[in-house]
Amino acid sequence: MSTKHRRISLTVNGEAVAREVPVRLNLVDFLRHDLGFTGSHVGCEQGACGACTVVLDGQTVRGCLVLAVQADGCAVVTIEGGVDDDLREMFYTLNALQCGFCTPGMLLSSAELLRANPNPSREDIREYLSGNFCRCTGYQAIVDAVFTVAEARRS
Amino acid sequence: MPYFPAGPRRSRIGADDVKAPDFDYCRPESMADALALLSLHADDAAIIAGGQSLLPILNFRLAAPELLIDIGRLDELKQVTEDDEFVEIGALVSHCDLADSPLVGRELPLLHQAIDHIAHPAVRHRGTIGGSLAMADPAAELGACCLALDGAFSIVSVRGQRWVAAADFFKGVYETALQPDEILTAIRLPKPAPGTISIFEEVARRRGDFAMAGLALVAAPNNLRIALLGVADRPVLVEQTMTLLTNNPTAVDEAVALIGTEVDPLDDPTYPPAYRRHLVQVLLRRALSRLPQ
Repeated sequence: MSTKHRRISLTVNGEAVAREVPVRLNLVDFLRHDLGFTGSHVGCEQGACGACTVVLDGQTVRGCLVLAVQADGCAVVTIEGGVDDDLREMFYTLNALQCGFCTPGMLLSSAELLRANPNPSREDIREYLSGNFCRCTGYQAIVDAVFTVAEARRS
Repeated sequence: MPYFPAGPRRSRIGADDVKAPDFDYCRPESMADALALLSLHADDAAIIAGGQSLLPILNFRLAAPELLIDIGRLDELKQVTEDDEFVEIGALVSHCDLADSPLVGRELPLLHQAIDHIAHPAVRHRGTIGGSLAMADPAAELGACCLALDGAFSIVSVRGQRWVAAADFFKGVYETALQPDEILTAIRLPKPAPGTISIFEEVARRRGDFAMAGLALVAAPNNLRIALLGVADRPVLVEQTMTLLTNNPTAVDEAVALIGTEVDPLDDPTYPPAYRRHLVQVLLRRALSRLPQ
C-alpha cells in the first residue's frame, strides 16, 4: 500500500471504525465525508474559527489541524456523540445560536470549560471561547448560556 | 535551515483550496527510526508533532514536503524533569501540559504567563513547545521566553547530539540552526535564582491572535534580561536596555526611551515600525510597573 494511503482504526462516538484514508485528509473532512458526521463544520481550515472543534482523546482539538491518520487508535467524539443536556437546552432557551454554524464547537468547548472550571466568571468564559468565532456575533447570549448553566449546576 | 521545504505559492484558488498537498506519511516507533528516516529524506521531509503550525501552512500550500515524519507519539519527549540547576522540557510537551505542570509553575512562571497568550485551548492541547520553537515564527511566545531565560536546545541527528543556546538558535523568519537531518528534542532552562521575578506582556488584536509585540522580562537579583517577540525577524534580546536596568533598576523613563531606539521592527504595511516601537515601549513600562518597588 502506498504511504499516501493508510488504514486507520479509531472509535468515533464510541463506535469502532476502520477505514483506509489518504494521509493528507484532515480529521474533520474524514468525519464529515467518510463517516457522515456533518455536525462538525468546516470554516476557515487554518485553525482560526473553531467551527470544526471535536474531542480527541478527551481534549478539544481543531478538526482541520489534525490529520485523520493522526487520530489512528484514538477516541473521537463529535457533537453527534452528545453534549451535556443542560448546556444544549440553555443554548436553545437563551437564543445562544442563530445560524448554528459555530454551535457544535461552542457547545464542546463550553462543556470542556465547565468540567475544568465549574465556577467561571464571564471573563473566563469569553477567554475559553475566544477561539470559537460566531459570525452572527451572538457572543453575549452564548456567554449568558454558559454562565447560567454554571450557576444552575451550583445551586 | 527553514522549517519546511517551500512549495510553489498558488495564485489561483480552486476546488481543492485550503487542503494540504499530497505527501507521504510515516509514524516511526522510536527516535532512532525517526532520525534514520529523516537522514534519508532530509531535504524533502518535514517533522510533524502537534501540527498546529505546519498544517495551516500545508493547507495554504505554502509548503510541499514529500514526506511527513510524525514524531507525535514518541512519549520519551513528553517529560518535564528537573535537577538542581535546570528544568528540562521534552520537545513534545504540549502547551496545555506545560500550563498544567506544577514544576513549571514553580520554577518558570514566565512560561505559564506566556502560554495564556498562545492561541486557544483547542490549539494548546495539540501544539508543542518543540514545534513552536522549531517553526520559529517571529511572533511566537516561547522563543522569546527561552531567550529571556537563557535556555539551550538539544538537537539530535544520526550524527549525534548537540546543544545550541537559544541566542544562537533563531536565524530569521521560520529559520533556525536546525540542519535538515536534525530534530529538536528538549529545552533546558536554568532555574532562576531565588527572588527572581518574571513578567510576560503582549499586545495582540484579539485574544490568541498573533502578537503585534511581546516582551519577556526576567529580573534576577543583579541581572535583568528582556527578550522581545514580534518586532524583528526573530526573538531578540535588548542588551542595552538590559544593562541599563541591571545597573539602575529605577531608570524607568530612560529605559523606555532606550528600548524604542534599540528595536528595528520589520517594515509592515499593517503595523508600521514606529507603531511596534511604541508598543514595545508601552510593554516595557507595563512590565516595570509590575516589579515590586
